[in-house]
Order: sequence, then structure tokens, then C-alpha cells
Amino acid sequence: MEYNGSAIIAMTGKNCVAIAADRRFGVQALTLGMDFQKIFRVTDRTYIGLSGLATDVTTLNERFRYKVNMYRLNEEREIGTKTFAHMVSSSQYEKRQAIPEFPWRFGPYFVEPVIAGLEKDNTPFICSMDTIGCINYAKDFVVAGTATEQLYGVCESFWEPDLEPEDLFETISQALLNAMDRDALSGWGGIVHVITPTGVITRTLKGRMD
Amino acid sequence: MPLDLSFLDLKPAAARFMPASVLAPLDGPLEHDAIATFDLAPVSNPTEFIHNQMSKDAEHRIHMAKGTTTLAFKFAKGVVVAVDSRATMGPYIGSSNVKKVIEINPFLLGTMAGSAADCQYWERVLGTRARLYELRNKERISVAAASKLLCNMVYGYKGMGLSMGTMVTGWDKKGPGLYYVDSDGQRLTNHLFSVGSGSTYAYGVLDAGYDYDLSVADAIDLARRSIFHATYRDAYSGGSVNVYHVKEGGWEFISKTDVFDLHYEYQDQPRPALV
Repeated sequence: MEYNGSAIIAMTGKNCVAIAADRRFGVQALTLGMDFQKIFRVTDRTYIGLSGLATDVTTLNERFRYKVNMYRLNEEREIGTKTFAHMVSSSQYEKRQAIPEFPWRFGPYFVEPVIAGLEKDNTPFICSMDTIGCINYAKDFVVAGTATEQLYGVCESFWEPDLEPEDLFETISQALLNAMDRDALSGWGGIVHVITPTGVITRTLKGRMD
Repeated sequence: MPLDLSFLDLKPAAARFMPASVLAPLDGPLEHDAIATFDLAPVSNPTEFIHNQMSKDAEHRIHMAKGTTTLAFKFAKGVVVAVDSRATMGPYIGSSNVKKVIEINPFLLGTMAGSAADCQYWERVLGTRARLYELRNKERISVAAASKLLCNMVYGYKGMGLSMGTMVTGWDKKGPGLYYVDSDGQRLTNHLFSVGSGSTYAYGVLDAGYDYDLSVADAIDLARRSIFHATYRDAYSGGSVNVYHVKEGGWEFISKTDVFDLHYEYQDQPRPALV
């Protein structure tokens, strides 16, 4: 987690969810990019944030895209948020250990996913996972990355139940920006997606560039 | 048989590792002259012991705050010193408002890189030593002498875990002075130095824009810009930029600017032409 650095957060509101991440791509102390994508669209109402080793972030995004496409072709419908979460979990657990016969195939992907979406009846769903797919369900918020302590701290004080989309945006943005200011390895701007039944609001945040 | 109390006569452990010239004052045993000595681990080789305590696989490893960008350069109108203000403890940002320029006295400045405590403490000791020199010799200590004093003091603790990379600047009879001193006991003088994890980035900007005949305003702007670009690329540098100008009458504090404001100020400006 400390090799590339990241900060990802998801929050629930009233019939809406938000997911946000920083935009830094760095190798330890060296910052190489300020527009690195860590949150990916899965369906119109499901997004996934991947925090951790950057190479695995891009690889896993492509694997999940493939799997979600295969699901759509086989089932002739979009994958649900909860179903997708379990698919991610299984994909992570599959690589729990390096296989003795295939020592070149490394162990787990060094990625902690965060999933946010709306279910069929518009109830918000968020969860986070460890690197080997243990799901952490939450009703309020989930966090991942190098700034987790800071994110938990601000979320505990900022979050309240039944936030409307605009208030949820403000809450998640302030939580992310303030947490990033106390973490050296994440930051350099942020991106927020608020998922509502009618559509997704995406905004980039102006943050500290140090 | 009487008790053997001879161990009470032992000097502090550190004294055994110090050159005699450091311990013995030049003119008689004056109380203040003695360099502070610290208790060392009661083992046969304290250097090796502390090395083990600080190695990566030590059970109770000592962590120290590191990660900084500092710079100083001489030019026609004196010396400009600029530093960032971030203190990190691993990836955690402990503070964004650290004073990394240490005001030793009205004519001497020291910068802070490495362990904050080591720099602060030894440059405070340097302050007392410089003052004693003034009282005894009725003239200010030179930058060369002050930096050498600091260098000799930390050399006495070489290999025992001190961590500092500092620039001592000031103005004396010879004019502007700039010395680099570190905890390895290295002491160098030059026109231009940058120290810390972000120093390479600062050097890049500094070398591109440096000229001995720079005006004061341009020199200050170059120094600030160099630190800013280091905070942009280096994760362990950030906060604000503090700038000082050392001239004949002593040093002057110029400014403290948040790099957030600098970023959006520079963004709207045309890039400086190179060469």
C-alpha cells in the first residue's frame, strides 16, 4: 500500500452513494502522475475503487471489466452491486496463495477494493475488502489506502445518516481533502462520483499539490 | 577489604570516543566550554549497539522524522535561504508548519534536515558556543569557525545515530558565508547547496535559474520557486516556503508562503524561459 499510495472512500446517503479517491500516482516519495484513475465504472449504478499497488489496480480493472461483460452476455442483464462485490471477493480469494506448482504466479493482488452502488430498489450499498477478499459491509462509510486512519477520523465526525446528494458530495469531499492533508503518499487533487437513481454526478476536486 | 568505588570516577562514556582537543577547552577548564556528553549504552561497543537498535529488523526500532527540502545559495547581495515546512513520521504528516530555519543569532542561520531534534539541539549548543566566543574575543564568530564548531561536536558522536544535514549561513568579516555540515562529520563550502529528500528537484530549478549577479528580488523568487517545485514532486516535502535573506547587517526574514497559493499563482504565469 505504501509503494504507490492512495486514499479511497465510499459513503452512503439517502437513496444515493458516493465514492471518492485521490489522483496521485507515485513511486514512494516520487510523484509521477496527478491524474491516475483509481475509481472505475462497473455499471451505471455500481462503481469500484481500487487502492494499493498501481500495477494491480490497472490489471484488476481489466479483469473485472472482462468478467462483468461476460456476465452481461451470459445472463442478458446487468450485474447487481452485491453480486459484483462477491465476484470481486472471489477473484481476490482465488489468488490467496501462490500455487506451489506455478511459483511464477504470485500470491494475492496487493489491492484493497472499495465498492459503492445502488441496488434495484435504490438502497445504497457500500463495502470494502482486504487483499484476499474478506468483505467488510458498512451502513455508513468505508475507506482504503494509505490514509485510512485519517479518513476514519474525519468520517466519524463528518458523516450523518440520510444525506441528500449535494450534502453527501460536500461531506465526502471534505473528508477526503482533510484526510489527504495528513498523508504524504496520497493527494494531488481528488475525484468524486455521487451515484443517484437518475444518474451519476462526477466532479474533480481542487486540492493541495504537495 | 574496602569497597571498590573506582567506577564512580569514570568519565561519561562518550568522552572515551572524543578527540582530546574537543574535550579540553583552549584556555583552561571553563564550565561552559565542555561539550555536553550523553550517557551511552553500558556495553563494550555503544556504536554497534545503537546500530543494531536502528537496523530494519530490530525489534524495537527507533524511528526518526525525515523528509525535507532546504536550500541556500550565495550571490552578489548576500545569501538566500529557503526551506519547506513539512514534518513526516513515515507517511503520516506530523506538521505542516515547522520552522526549518534555525535562528542561531542575528547573524547566523542554520537549516534543518534529517532528525529535527538533532538539528535543533546541536544548533542551540552552537548558539551558546558562538555567544561565548563573542564574549571572550570581543568580536563575532566567523561562519567558518561556527560551522567547524558544529562539525566537530557532531563528529564526536559519529556512528551513534545522529542524523542531520544542515547549512550554516551568515555574514562575517569576509562577507557572506555558506557551509554544509552533516552528521557524518562532513563540512563543505560552496556557492549553492540543497539538502533533503526533495533536494534533487530543487537543484534542477536552482541550477537552471542561478546567476551570481541575480537581483535580490529575483534571487528570493528563484529560491521560493525551487522549494515549491520540490514540494510538488516530493511526497515528503510540503506546507509553506520560508525564505530568509542574509546581508551585511544580519539576516532578515522575508516571507512564509503556502505552496497551495504558490501553485495556482505559478500556474497562471508563463513558464520561465530556459537558457
